[in-house]
Amino acid sequence: MTTTVSAQITQVAKNVFEHIKKKELPSLNIPLRSLQNVTYDPKEGYFELVGKEKERALTASTVKTFAQTLLMMNESKKIIDTDDIATKREVYYISKNWGDARFQEQPESDAVMDDIEAMLHVNREQIGFIPEEKGGEVAGNLIVIDKDGEGNRLEIDCTKFGSGAYSVPSSVEHLQFKTNAKFILAIETAGAFQRLVKHNYWKKAHCILISMGGVPTRATRRFIRRLADERKLPVYVFTDGDPYGYLNIYRTLKVGSGNAAHINKFFCVPQAKFLGVTPQDIIDYKLPTHPLKDVDVKRIKDGIKNDPFVQAHKEWQKALDDMTKMKKRVEQQAFAAHSLNYVIDTYLPEKLKKQETWLP
Amino acid sequence: MEKKTQQAKTPRTNTTQEQTHTVTAHDLAKQQREISVAEFFAKNRHLLGFDNPRKALLTTIKEAVDNSLDACEEAHVLPEIIVEAIEMSENRFRVIVEDNGPGIVKEQIPKIFAKLLYGSKFHRLKMSRGQQGIGISASVMYGQLTTGRAAKITSKIHPNEPAQYYELHIDTQTNQPKILKESIVDWHKDRGTRVEIDLEATYSKGSQSIDAYLKQTAIVNPHATIIYTNPRAEQLVFSRATEQLPPEAKEIKPHPYGVELGLLQKLLGSTTARTMQSFLTTEFSRVTPPIAKEICEHAGILVNVKPEMISREQAERIIAAFSKTKIMAPPSDCISPIGAELLEKGLKKEVKAEFYCATTRPPSVYRGNPFIVEAAMAYGGEMQADDMVRLYRYANRVPLQYQQSACAITASVIQTNFRQYGLQQSKGALPVGPCAVVVHIASVWVPFTSESKEAIAHYPEMIKDIKLAIQECGRQLARYVLKKQRLHSEMTKRSYIEKYIPAIGTALKELLSLPEAQRMSTEENLKELLEQKRGALAHIEASNEEYNEEFALVGKTSEEDIYEDDAEQETEENSEDEK
Repeated sequence: MTTTVSAQITQVAKNVFEHIKKKELPSLNIPLRSLQNVTYDPKEGYFELVGKEKERALTASTVKTFAQTLLMMNESKKIIDTDDIATKREVYYISKNWGDARFQEQPESDAVMDDIEAMLHVNREQIGFIPEEKGGEVAGNLIVIDKDGEGNRLEIDCTKFGSGAYSVPSSVEHLQFKTNAKFILAIETAGAFQRLVKHNYWKKAHCILISMGGVPTRATRRFIRRLADERKLPVYVFTDGDPYGYLNIYRTLKVGSGNAAHINKFFCVPQAKFLGVTPQDIIDYKLPTHPLKDVDVKRIKDGIKNDPFVQAHKEWQKALDDMTKMKKRVEQQAFAAHSLNYVIDTYLPEKLKKQETWLP
Repeated sequence: MEKKTQQAKTPRTNTTQEQTHTVTAHDLAKQQREISVAEFFAKNRHLLGFDNPRKALLTTIKEAVDNSLDACEEAHVLPEIIVEAIEMSENRFRVIVEDNGPGIVKEQIPKIFAKLLYGSKFHRLKMSRGQQGIGISASVMYGQLTTGRAAKITSKIHPNEPAQYYELHIDTQTNQPKILKESIVDWHKDRGTRVEIDLEATYSKGSQSIDAYLKQTAIVNPHATIIYTNPRAEQLVFSRATEQLPPEAKEIKPHPYGVELGLLQKLLGSTTARTMQSFLTTEFSRVTPPIAKEICEHAGILVNVKPEMISREQAERIIAAFSKTKIMAPPSDCISPIGAELLEKGLKKEVKAEFYCATTRPPSVYRGNPFIVEAAMAYGGEMQADDMVRLYRYANRVPLQYQQSACAITASVIQTNFRQYGLQQSKGALPVGPCAVVVHIASVWVPFTSESKEAIAHYPEMIKDIKLAIQECGRQLARYVLKKQRLHSEMTKRSYIEKYIPAIGTALKELLSLPEAQRMSTEENLKELLEQKRGALAHIEASNEEYNEEFALVGKTSEEDIYEDDAEQETEENSEDEK
C-alpha cells in the first residue's frame, strides 16, 4: 500500500513537470473539504464527498502554497520510502529548511498536509505523518493483540489496568481483538469515565468503556469502528447534553467530519447510537442545568442549517429545537446531584433498557 | 444694537424693584444709558478676533491686507502690497501695510479708519473680502486701547496731488473719529494707502501665523505680489504668478428668496419706484414684470399700489408670496471664483505630492445669496500616511486659520466618506492619509459664524455643495489611489514569483531525480509562464515642477521654533483646534 502512495506522489509531480516542460501552467486538484461538499445518506452511514474539487492552478497568488505543497510531498515521499514517521509538529520544523517557502505557524503546515491527504485520497498515516494528539482510553472486557518494538506478539488485557486504562495508539490498523463484551460505551469526559472504571461498571454491564476526551481523534474513531465491526458489537455514546457533545463529538464519531471527508468511510462509526444526555433526560431526571451560551445557540442554528447529518434526522432536529426552547445545557456529571453513583445504579441501566429514548 | 440691550434689561429691572422696594425706577433710570458700538466691541474684543496678543497681530495685518486687495481689485490695479511687522519692545509691535490701490479721499480717511461699522461693502451684494466695515477700525481701536498710540494713515489718490497724512484715535463713547494730527506730506508713490498701527501682540510661527496667512493669501491670489518683512527682519517675497486680474465681480440686487421683512420694509421706504410692479422689478434681481405680477397675486395686493402705502401686514404677505413664486436663481457673475487650474497650481507650490486635482462647482444659492464652491486635493509625496489630512479653508480668497472645527467646510469633509477614496477615517473625524484638501467658498455674502470671520456657518445648501465638490475631487483621487494600490499588489505578486519558483524547482528535482539542467529549465519556463500572464507593468508618474521648497516652508513650524515659542501659546493653539 505504501509503495502505491509513493508512486502516486511521483505521478502528481511528474504531471506538474510535464506541464511546465510544455510551457503550460500546471495545476493540482484538491477536493473541497467542508460540510458544503459532503452528503449524508443514513443507509451508507457516513459523510461522503460530493466531489467538488478546487483546482489549484499555479498563479502569482498561489505560487507560495503550490511550492509548499510540492515540498511537503517530497518530504512525505522520503518518509514513506525510508519507512519512517513524522509528527505534524516535526513536519512544521522540517519546513524551516525550505528558505522563503517555510511555514510561519503550524496551522499553515497542517492545512497543506490535509490538502495532500485529500488530493491523494489517503489517510495522513499513509503519507507518513502522525498527529500529536492522544487517542482515547480503554477499559473493560477486551484483549488487544499488538506487537512490541521488536515485532513480538503482545496480548494486552484491558481489565488489568486497575484504576488506569489502555491508550489507543496513533495507528490501529494492525490490531486484533478478543472480547466477550456485549457492547461498547463511548464516553465524552475523562471524569465520567473514571467513575465508571472505579466502580467496575464494565464488569457489571459486560461492556468495553472508551473515553474519547472531547472530539474523538481519527485513531479512536478507527479503533472503535474496527472493534465494533469485527466483534459485531453495538456502540452507545454518552456525552454532555450540549450542542458541542451532540454536533461535534457524537456526529464526528458517527459520520465523520467535513474536513476529513475523503477518509470518513473508514474513520467513522455508523452503528453508534446516542444514549444521552438528551434534552428530554434533563426533564425526566430533573437534572441541574446551566444556561446555553451564545456559541451554543449559534452552533445549534448552524447545525440545523448546514449539517447534512442533522438534516437527515428529524429526531435530532427536534432535540436541538427542544434545547433551544429550554435554553439549558447539562453536563454528564450532573447526575451526582442525586447521588454519586446514580449514573451507574439508575441512569445507565434505565437508558440501556429504554431504546425509545435514544437518538439516532 | 443699543436698543436691544436696553430692552433686555427692562424686565429684569422691574422684578428687582418688586422684590426689594429699596431702589426706585428713577434710580435705575439714571443707570440706563446708551452703549456705543465702540464700547461694546472694546469689551467684546474676542468677537472681532482679538482674543489674545498673538491673534491680535494676525487680525490687524489680515484686515489691512484684505482691504488693500479689495481696493486694488476695484480700481483694476494689480495689487502690490508691502507688509511689515516690527517688534518695538517686548509684546509691543508696529504693523505697517502699504498698497498701490486707488487711495482714499481726504474726507473719508478718518471715518474709514476710526469709526466702527463704516464702510462701502455692507450694503451692497458683491463678492469682496471685507463685509461689515468693522475690521480695520477695530484694529485701530485695539492698538489705541493697548498702547495709547494713534493710528497713522497716509493716502494719495493721484500722482499730481499731495498725500494726506492723519493721526487718528477713536472716541469709544461716541464711535466718532478723533483727529490728533492732519497734514499734507510728500510720498514717493503715485497712488496708494499706508496704514501704521502700534499694538500689544506676540509673534510666533506655525500654521496660524502671519507668515502662513500671507503665504496662503498668495496661493489664492496669484495676481498679487506681497512683500513681507517679519519681526525677525526676514524678508519674504511672494511674487505674482499671473498678470491677469480676476474677472471683476458684479454687484447685484438682492434676490427675493434671501430677503427678510426688515430689508423689504427698508427698501419699500427708500425706493423711487411708484408702483409695486416697478418696485419689484427694479429693486430685486431676477424679477421680471410677469413674475412681479405673480408675486402680487400671491400676496393679494394690486400691482399699481404705491410702495409707501404697503402696510407691515402686507409686507409679510409679500415675503410669503416670494417663496410661493418660482423665481430664477440669482446671476452668478457677482462671484469671481479662483478657477480649478489656478487653485491646483497654488496647491502645487505649497505641497509636494504625487497627484493633484481641482474642481469648480456651478453656482448655487443659499437664502437668495449666490455662491460657488471650489475644491482641490493633493495626494502622496512628502505627506505622511498616518497624519490627519491637511485642510486649507478659504472664503472669498481669504484663508481661514482659526476655529477649524466650527467651520462648515470641516463638517463637510468629516461627513464625506473618505474610505471610498482609499484613506482611513473614523466616524466623526477628519480622514487620515497623505492628503491635503483645499476648499474655497466665494459668495456675495459669506455667512461667518462670528465677526472675526474664522469659520463658515452651517447652511445645509452650502454643506451639500461643499460635499459635492469634495466628492468630485475624491473620485479622481480614488482612481489614482486604486491604481497605486493595484501597482503595489502587482509588485508584491511579482516578487512572489521570484521568491517561490526556485522552491518548486527544488521540489520537482528531488521528487523526480531530475538533472540540474532540467531543474533550471523548469524554473525558467515557470518564470516565463507566470510573467507572461501578468502583462506589462503599469507606470505611475509623479512630477511637480511648480513645487517650491522655500515657499512651502514659510509658516511651517520648524523644531527650533517649537523650542522658542513659549509653551502657553502651543497649548492655546491646540485647545483652539480641539474646540
